[in-house]
Amino acid sequence: MTATAPPIPEVVAGQLAGEGRTSLWRDTLGNILRQRNAVVGLTILTFFVLVAVFANQIAPHDPVAVLLGQEEGAKKLAPPCIHALGCPAAQPEHYFGIDQNVRDVFSRVVHGTRVSLQIGFLTVGFAIVIGTLIGALSGYAGGKADNILMRLMDVILAFPALLLAIAIVTVLGTTLLNAQLAIGIVAIPIYARIMRASVLSIKERDYITASQALGESGGGILFRRILPNALTPLIVQGTLGIAGAVIDVAALSFLGLGAQPPTAEWGSMIGQARNSMFAAPHLVIFPGVALALTVLAFNLLGDGLRDALDPRLNR
Amino acid sequence: MTRFLIRRLLLSIPVLIGIVFVVFALARIIPGDPCVAALGERANPKTCAVYAAAHGLDKAIIPGFFRVEGKIELRAAEIPATLTDNQFVQYVGSVVKGDFGVSSKFGLPVTDLLLQRLPATVELALYALLFAIVVGIPLGIISAYRRNSIVDVGTMMFANLGVSTPVFVLGLVLAYLFAVTFKDTPLALPPSGRLAAGVAVIPLAKVWGLEGLGGPLRLIIDFLSNIYTFNAIVTFNLSLLADTVKHMILPALALGTIPLAIIARMTRSSLLDELGLDYIRTARAKGLRDRTVVMRHGFRNALLPVVTVIGLALGGLFGGAVLTETVFNLAGVGRAVTEAIASRDYAVIQGFTLVIAIGFVIVNLIVDISYAYLDPRVRLA
Repeated sequence: MTATAPPIPEVVAGQLAGEGRTSLWRDTLGNILRQRNAVVGLTILTFFVLVAVFANQIAPHDPVAVLLGQEEGAKKLAPPCIHALGCPAAQPEHYFGIDQNVRDVFSRVVHGTRVSLQIGFLTVGFAIVIGTLIGALSGYAGGKADNILMRLMDVILAFPALLLAIAIVTVLGTTLLNAQLAIGIVAIPIYARIMRASVLSIKERDYITASQALGESGGGILFRRILPNALTPLIVQGTLGIAGAVIDVAALSFLGLGAQPPTAEWGSMIGQARNSMFAAPHLVIFPGVALALTVLAFNLLGDGLRDALDPRLNR
Repeated sequence: MTRFLIRRLLLSIPVLIGIVFVVFALARIIPGDPCVAALGERANPKTCAVYAAAHGLDKAIIPGFFRVEGKIELRAAEIPATLTDNQFVQYVGSVVKGDFGVSSKFGLPVTDLLLQRLPATVELALYALLFAIVVGIPLGIISAYRRNSIVDVGTMMFANLGVSTPVFVLGLVLAYLFAVTFKDTPLALPPSGRLAAGVAVIPLAKVWGLEGLGGPLRLIIDFLSNIYTFNAIVTFNLSLLADTVKHMILPALALGTIPLAIIARMTRSSLLDELGLDYIRTARAKGLRDRTVVMRHGFRNALLPVVTVIGLALGGLFGGAVLTETVFNLAGVGRAVTEAIASRDYAVIQGFTLVIAIGFVIVNLIVDISYAYLDPRVRLA
């Protein structure tokens, strides 16, 4: 079965595809912007992306620079000092205070935005790519391969996620990248299941049979016919997954199993400050609020996307 | 129902075997020589050979696969000979007997350590879950009933924030608030530990004069005895009860907030779905009171998805317990695991991970069964 299809006149094909796509995208975008949650999420996220991009310009200090001896009056664990809010001008200005190693907390929180966004996108990207491949293979091949892969996914899901991630990090070694890898591995089954379900529901449809009859390759059918149909749940789950990944990697760093000092990572900053919490709550509150807001943004965006992309939920 | 039960139980078996294998495999891939980790400075080729033979480490890991000088090596010719005589079979054998080895850090059998630590985690998880359900479900119902009111919008905003705040951040903030800000007020609460100094717990085995007892019954009694709330209630020890509850409030608030938010959201959306259906209109048309319509008709049917999310939230609860115990200095399994990691105590990591994962499978089983009990469609499908 390798007969090639009679070519469709390019103009017609372009018109068909083009018209369909613009209105679909425009509809979708409109739907998303009508969701209050999505808009709030998107706004917060845009803010953090800007902070991450311009971190070098925004942060007044190097995030890992120790200010002891560098700056007049810089004291360990000093609370926030903002001149505009009545802090004496003699004291050096530090919006979020100074940490236990005499570093500027504001600069560290700003630079932490980069780390956390990178964590979210990379970790979930990894999980989606591997998960989608496994799910597609599983659904497309069926039979024994399907059974073995899905039982494997069941086993991963049977562990409490954070616990399995902790065990994996112990094996791999405690670095930020390994922590991301561990959280990514733990998330794979979610995407594998979504992709498999989509493949199963679509692979018997007539238009797939038609593509096969037209001689499209297995890969072509998978990526051009099936994957687009699975995209909606993948995007929604992926967005919510980023929220989870940011929290979980921060949690590993908090436990000392992820980002290592002096990296300006929010979870690790909070973990390091834990013992000076009662003397200097600002060391926990500022990175904590930044972390919560980032997670909130992805959660709101994910919820909004789900409501916008799933017509059944429109009310 | 019986058929459903049997099928569901049989389905858990491959998952359980898989879990045991994953935990086993993780421990074998760990870089570094287990002999060096266990013997420390006393490790040399001679003592290590003795150690390996004594612990079966010279055997095949799984049929045909050997570990030679830190590297995994396949010897195809030896597959038949090592089919039953390998480390995995040996490991499964000892796990079935409840033997997880000896902790190198704490110097006692992992099973004993588990018996000391697990009750604290179970107690914490139960308090957190109770808080999440008792507050979450009513919040969800009110939000659905008064949709778009201030209560609804406020609850949903709180829920969004609650889901997004990491347990360890919330825990630390609560600890600061109630231990420092509210110090010397009636609201002050202790930020760490399970009990105040001077409050004693008498083991139930001693109270009941069963100290000579051994076997599984004794294990169960010791386990329950270490759940302080249970101990206090059974022995009418009011000062112990008051102190336990006082120490549990903050950790339970920290750990319970995420499940609370999830439960409230699910209750609301599920109830909203139900309230829009025809049978609700019929019930209203019959002239039933609003309360009856919402609670008896709508809520009952809306409960199913709520039960599911409660089940799903339990996994997060286990993970969150690790963080909560670290923040509040509670001697539970979570903190034991993090301490074990710091000191490379593989027996504890392996044993605890396994037990928690198996516990999680059992909990999921119970959730599935209760789901089938609530919804006939599930068990007949």
